[in-house]
Amino acid sequence: MVTPLSSQLIDLCAAVLLLLSFSMLSQRRVLTLVDLFALQGGTLFVSIVVVAWNTHQYQLFYSAALTLVLKVIFLPLILNRLIRRLGAQWETETLLNASATMLIGLLLVIFAFTLAEPISRLASTITRSTLGIALAIVMLSFLMMITRRKAVTQVIGFLAMENGLFFAATSATYGMPMVVELGVALDVLVGMVILGVFFFHIREQFDSLDLHNLESLKED
Amino acid sequence: MTDPTCAFFGITLIPVAWLVIGLLGLVRIRSVPWVGRILFPVSALLGLLLGAMALSGLALPAQTLVLPLGLPSLPFHVRLDGLSRFFLMLIGFTSAGISMFSAGYLRPGEGTPPGLMCLQYHVFLASMAVVVLANDAYLFMVAWESMALSSYFLVTTEHRLPEIRRAGFIYLLIAHIGAISILLCFGVLQGGSWRFTFDAMRAAHLTPLWASLAFVLALFGFGAKAGLVPLHVWLPEAHPAAPSPVSALMSGVMLEVAIYGLLRVTFDFLHAQLWWWGLLALGLGLFTALFGVVFAAAQTDMKRLLAYSSIENIGIIFLGVGLTIIFHAFHMALLAAVALAATLYHCLSHAFSKSLLFLSTGSVLHATRERSLGKLGGLIHRMPWVAWLTLIGTLAIAGLPPLSGFVSEWLLLQAFLFTPSLPHSFINMLLPIGAAALALVSALAAYVMVKFYGVIFLGQPREPTLQDAHDCGRPERIGLLWLALGCVLLGLLPVPILALLNSVSRELLGASLGGRLQHWWLLAPIAPERASYSPVLFMLSTVALVTLVTVAVHLLYHGKVRKTEPWGCGFPVVTARMQDTAEGFGQPIRQIFEPFFRMSRTLPSPFDTAPHYRVQVDDHFWYWLYAPVATVIQGVARMTAVIQRGRISVYLLFSFLTLLALLVFVL
Amino acid sequence: MNTRAFTMQLIAIAFAIIVAPLLIGWVNQCRAWLQNRRGPGILQPYRLIRKLFHKDAVIATNASPLFRLVPYVQFASMGLAAGIIPSLWTGLPFADAADTIALVGLFATARMFLALAAMDIGTAFGSMGARREMLVGFLAEPALLMVFFTASLISHSTSLPTMVNVLAHGPLAIYPSLAFASISFLMVLLAENARIPVDNPSTHLELTMIHEATVLEYSARHLALIEWASALKLFNYVCIGFALFVPWGLAQGLGNLPDLAIAVPALFIKLVAVGFGLALVETINAKMRIFRVPEFLASAFLLAVLGLLVHLLLGH
Repeated sequence: MVTPLSSQLIDLCAAVLLLLSFSMLSQRRVLTLVDLFALQGGTLFVSIVVVAWNTHQYQLFYSAALTLVLKVIFLPLILNRLIRRLGAQWETETLLNASATMLIGLLLVIFAFTLAEPISRLASTITRSTLGIALAIVMLSFLMMITRRKAVTQVIGFLAMENGLFFAATSATYGMPMVVELGVALDVLVGMVILGVFFFHIREQFDSLDLHNLESLKED
Repeated sequence: MTDPTCAFFGITLIPVAWLVIGLLGLVRIRSVPWVGRILFPVSALLGLLLGAMALSGLALPAQTLVLPLGLPSLPFHVRLDGLSRFFLMLIGFTSAGISMFSAGYLRPGEGTPPGLMCLQYHVFLASMAVVVLANDAYLFMVAWESMALSSYFLVTTEHRLPEIRRAGFIYLLIAHIGAISILLCFGVLQGGSWRFTFDAMRAAHLTPLWASLAFVLALFGFGAKAGLVPLHVWLPEAHPAAPSPVSALMSGVMLEVAIYGLLRVTFDFLHAQLWWWGLLALGLGLFTALFGVVFAAAQTDMKRLLAYSSIENIGIIFLGVGLTIIFHAFHMALLAAVALAATLYHCLSHAFSKSLLFLSTGSVLHATRERSLGKLGGLIHRMPWVAWLTLIGTLAIAGLPPLSGFVSEWLLLQAFLFTPSLPHSFINMLLPIGAAALALVSALAAYVMVKFYGVIFLGQPREPTLQDAHDCGRPERIGLLWLALGCVLLGLLPVPILALLNSVSRELLGASLGGRLQHWWLLAPIAPERASYSPVLFMLSTVALVTLVTVAVHLLYHGKVRKTEPWGCGFPVVTARMQDTAEGFGQPIRQIFEPFFRMSRTLPSPFDTAPHYRVQVDDHFWYWLYAPVATVIQGVARMTAVIQRGRISVYLLFSFLTLLALLVFVL
Repeated sequence: MNTRAFTMQLIAIAFAIIVAPLLIGWVNQCRAWLQNRRGPGILQPYRLIRKLFHKDAVIATNASPLFRLVPYVQFASMGLAAGIIPSLWTGLPFADAADTIALVGLFATARMFLALAAMDIGTAFGSMGARREMLVGFLAEPALLMVFFTASLISHSTSLPTMVNVLAHGPLAIYPSLAFASISFLMVLLAENARIPVDNPSTHLELTMIHEATVLEYSARHLALIEWASALKLFNYVCIGFALFVPWGLAQGLGNLPDLAIAVPALFIKLVAVGFGLALVETINAKMRIFRVPEFLASAFLLAVLGLLVHLLLGH
């Protein structure tokens, strides 16, 4: 059985996305994390272009362009500047047992794959087998947000999760309607701006971006 | 031996002969020469005979016999089929080596006199053989319980030491909990017919619910005997407490007898219908294996280390059983046969290699009086026989080619590679994790074995007293040699041995590897282009290359050697204390797998003049499972103690009231 | 096993044994260039081995026979491995004797003997080296096995020649799972061959060494054999990598002359590229702390398992 080249390419992109999610999960450096995020956006862009080209869903080219502009160029640029402005570029995080985190990630992947299997059997798109991977990326980003303590990495986790959702939408139904997509993009931008403001406030308050300081706000 | 019935009688007579030998030990209870020079070698010969008879009859059909013994209306039933022959062969051949070793091992000393020990030992052996032969629940339970009791007495040979009495108690307790579970399992298995022969259980048709209950009970009961986590706690206590030949017998043979029970119930009675049984066994097995090997790496007592290594191997065997059940439940006969072959092969391999290692610890113990790894070292110079034979056992148990442990691991991994063809997506996804964990376990086993061998036999002696350690005597050498030979042969000739297992596999699964074992030198269970392994060729080419290189180097260059002191690492003198301790060698594993352990440590401060480092590694299960259960039981006991009045008339009143209540209930 | 196959088998082993030090020489030369040094030339490993063979062996007084046996075992197992791994052509009769699982077992055996030899003298560094060597091994070995499993799920075989035939001569397809496997394999290769970032092959910095600590007590011909075996091990690993991930150019079966005319230059081009790549990796990375090594290797292991899962999900 020889699958067509396009679907092979999409599968490859999906695998690379998953790989990037895992490397983000185990990456300590904040700046490298941003690079990985940009790379993830780039892979997402390629996969959307391949899908659009092969299915003649030309409105997908708009989403691809949006991805390219927003997630590969604009957001990493902003994040980079933000991190430098905050003086957090050399910050590393002490990961709580990286191997254990990755093991949990692996179990999540299994969970996602088993969950997606019956759904993808119903779907008729050429990308259906990648739905499990998309789901896994969402879960891994979630896991990353849970295990990290720095504000910046949490935001990157959030953005990566959005990437996963986007990929899920492409693989299940060839993307969301344009309106929804634009709305989501706007949401992400606004969220980014608000979080950026938050960063400065948090740092002003605690002299650090470690979210674990927020625990002291709790009333006893 | 031509007449099958005659062979059958021969086999049933051997446990009787063992009992007789045991009783003869009582004749001159304190005489070491009588027991050691005469009785034990004869017993070893009987073991050899049993193994040979069972081996020669492996392909014969099942034979049954009703003995004129037992209760009036409940005669004992005996049956000899492929599975029981296989395990009799295991018992016979392994015990031959162990008995031979014991012949030289016995010393006059404290504790149980040799004659009595001889009786206990042979009752133990005979009861294991009868467990395998039994064909009704009564005989099975009688033999099972005498196996537990005799081994309890053997464990507590040095009964004057309180910690040994404690170890014996824990062992007996868990053995009995397991026995109750097995009894209940038989209760379920009879399926309303109230006939307790195994033939009736084979014929009984249970609903899936009852069958599952029976399986879980069997898994619990036999798992307790085999050392499945969390019922493993007796193993690391009882094995170090027992004399080495007894540890060898318990670890190498008794644990496998428990596996026999599980196989008998699961495949013969219950026909392994539901796939989730397999998943349960596989999951428990994997966890047990990982748990065992990680704990083995942290041990500092050589026999405890081996006990944990036994737990690991039992885990691997359970994993194989689980895999067999899964394949069988999905009607993939050939793959089930591969998995079963791997399981049985691992039983055999573990029996030989673990007995060998336990016996060699016995020799080390006798030569040095030390059991702690921190006080041994460099024994390869003083005890070359033991050291080189142990090396074979070490490599075999670490699962390295071309020795015995590798064959079963190879087969298991091959079986795992086929799981993607299972028609169930969830198991498909889960099983790669299983394969990965198995690979991790076998790699860790190598780590543990390097520690075991390196710390005991290599390096410099850590104590001055080790200088006058002596090698073992001739009977011990024969015993060790026999077991080492077993490890090598099992490793080099897997195909003829697997061909012998075909009848067992056909009996239990209705399928076998059969014609796939054509070439005696090439193991290719599925198809040669798919996977093949030829240990003979492997061994031959390695030996040829080693010889070639040695000759070439010595011919082309020279073989000149100068001897000198080793490099002092920049210190003025090199002392034995600079070597890694056993703790040090296990430290990386302890750090990586920290959640497994319950550790308490005291570290010295940098300014201590006499620094003291202490670490204690405990098992979480004691605190999470056993301690709460013990508390509850003690609480209940205290409550029932209320009725203890100390007056006979009150007790009589209780009995009378019970009688009345029963009468009311019955009428 | 006919005579021609057997001869070709011996030629394959001899070829690997002769070429292996060249690869080490090339990697070192590239590294020197990348670090703005002139480098000793790519024939340096041969000169070193020759020099060592001529010297008198010095052995510690309390060395056991095991200590003297191990270099030969080491060399022989790596030679045997070279007879199983296809470097130029796939028709290797020895490959029937040991499939990939047995190959992993062979590497494990060699490692275990090396660790035992390191413990034999009883110096502080020896036992430290043995412990670390086994630490690297117990994580790298399952990772390697999982890499092989991924490839064997694609090719439905655990035999290396069959894998190569399927991957190189089957219908051209992109296997995403192999992307995971290749990264995992690269990590294992670096760890198993004592390269940066896991170990540094060129220093004897006492507290950071792993592989060098295990062979500290060896000298002369024993050391020469061990060094040669290490070179052979690197060559073997690189050839495994070629066989699984870039199998093009390998001759099928015993190979006829035109096929071999392609296979030899193809192998050397790949070796040159990989050697340079290795040198690059070693130049831009720093050595990790020893406590990070388990994490590094656990990642390799998990990536390989992830590759298996991706294969099962995508179905190819």
